[in-house]
Amino acid sequence: MNSRHNGPLALRALALTVSALLGTVSSFIILSGAEAILRGHDLALLGAVWNPAARQFGILTMIQASLVLSLSSLCVGFCVSLGCCCMLNGLAPHVVAKVLMGALTLMTAIPTVVYGFAAVFLLVPLIRGALGGTGFCWLAAGLLLALQGVPTMTFIMHGAVRSIASETRFTAAALGVTPRQHLSCIVLPLSNRAMLQAAILGLGRAVGDALLPTMLAGNAIRFAHSPLDSVRTLTAHISLVLSSDIGGGEHFSLLLAGALLLAFCAVVSLTARRLTRR
Amino acid sequence: MKTLKKLSAVFAFFALTSAGWGAPLDAFKGLEGKLDIAGGTAHIPVMTQAARDIMTFNPKIRITVAGGGSGVGVKQVGEGLAQIGNTGRPLKPAEVEKFGLKTFPFAIDGVALAVHPANPVKALTKEQVVAIYTGKITDWKELSGIPGAIDVYGREDGSGTRETFQGKLMGKTEQMPSVNTVNSNGAMKTAIAQDARAIGYVGIGHLDSTIAGVAIDGHVPSQENAAKGEYPVVRDLFMNTKGEPTGLTAAFIDYIYSEPGAKIIEKSGYIPLPKPAK
Repeated sequence: MNSRHNGPLALRALALTVSALLGTVSSFIILSGAEAILRGHDLALLGAVWNPAARQFGILTMIQASLVLSLSSLCVGFCVSLGCCCMLNGLAPHVVAKVLMGALTLMTAIPTVVYGFAAVFLLVPLIRGALGGTGFCWLAAGLLLALQGVPTMTFIMHGAVRSIASETRFTAAALGVTPRQHLSCIVLPLSNRAMLQAAILGLGRAVGDALLPTMLAGNAIRFAHSPLDSVRTLTAHISLVLSSDIGGGEHFSLLLAGALLLAFCAVVSLTARRLTRR
Repeated sequence: MKTLKKLSAVFAFFALTSAGWGAPLDAFKGLEGKLDIAGGTAHIPVMTQAARDIMTFNPKIRITVAGGGSGVGVKQVGEGLAQIGNTGRPLKPAEVEKFGLKTFPFAIDGVALAVHPANPVKALTKEQVVAIYTGKITDWKELSGIPGAIDVYGREDGSGTRETFQGKLMGKTEQMPSVNTVNSNGAMKTAIAQDARAIGYVGIGHLDSTIAGVAIDGHVPSQENAAKGEYPVVRDLFMNTKGEPTGLTAAFIDYIYSEPGAKIIEKSGYIPLPKPAK
């Protein structure tokens, strides 16, 4: 067969191994989730009440918290990233763009725990003082998740925008299009695929992050009604319960939470693929 | 000449420290085999650290540490599935009789209710604590403190600190679901130290100047009071064996009672107890 598409044998073997590993992990997680549902049918796993003393291990509140938290942080993060991307591509003076680029690169190197720690001491008291509540809430975790996702999303957008801009710049200029019109009317619409890709990646990171929600969202087990409510996400639930190694209903709720997270990310990324293909 | 001196100083330091740590571990020389430990979750940090030290000293020894709670501890050791079964409560006479268990109390686990140092409320009754954690009292002015909502913090399910708090103060009453949850004594301290309206609980060993302990029914929480039995929110932590321990099991228990063992216990936030006379 043509080796151009298949690549060297070693690479193919590596790719196969990695795919097999991924497949094993995914099927293991999904199977454990199914097992949890089947064997824990009397534990109200998908209910809204978490009360281990009464053998109720519902994770519905956490599913809701994961969804609202990740989607809201994606909205904020995506807008900021889009803004950053435009700044990098001609909307800001060269010096500003350079500084911004440096700052974003630096941000990727900062571990998440540092963001979380800084927010516990800076953002949480600020929210508590200005808006009330404990400060450990949906808002605090959402803002930090958004901030954490900005560099990755910006770089994905920036890569696509820059290459499309350089391809179309002279044609656009020859047609009398100003640089700003060029960016907003030609380049951005043409790079919608990268935008979607950035959003998917951002959403995946926001829904999958365990550290920031555990540190900042408050972890109370209830539905989120206002951004000042303390909420517990699926990931935070996993990290909180895992630390104490208990069997039974708690354990089943973890398996189900893991399977749901994986399923959610898989569905989102498959949908995105579908959308970009058309 | 100078470097030689420095080098010899370093060697002397290592020789001294290794001798200091080596002595109690010498009991494990020549031993091998497997030791299974199960039961109380509060014991886990002490057990795993001790296991790590021992396995590093003698890699032929394998020690596993599992949780499960006090009930599981009794059952596993009684049925011979584990050599040491940990409990956070004294054994019941029926359990001792049925399985022929021998018990070794090795630490006191005390839990202190804590508030921000600036909070004038420094004493509460048991009933008030229950009312706070069930949402019946929501404002500090009801406790003649500075008016403001009470920010209630708790620990995750399965935490030994929460178990003691629940067992000794809340009894059968379940806490409200909207309690903010943190996953370690350290995180609890940070939360309380930052929040003037906070109330939470920590292991007594974690009380310091950043947070203020709250007296319960007039009993001030401190290591001394806990050791003297004058503070009520305490429990002993026990290791239990089936019959008189021998070999590796006996060596492990002796290590917990040794000086490095006591250090591990203190580091985990508990008060070490001396080995009971036979």
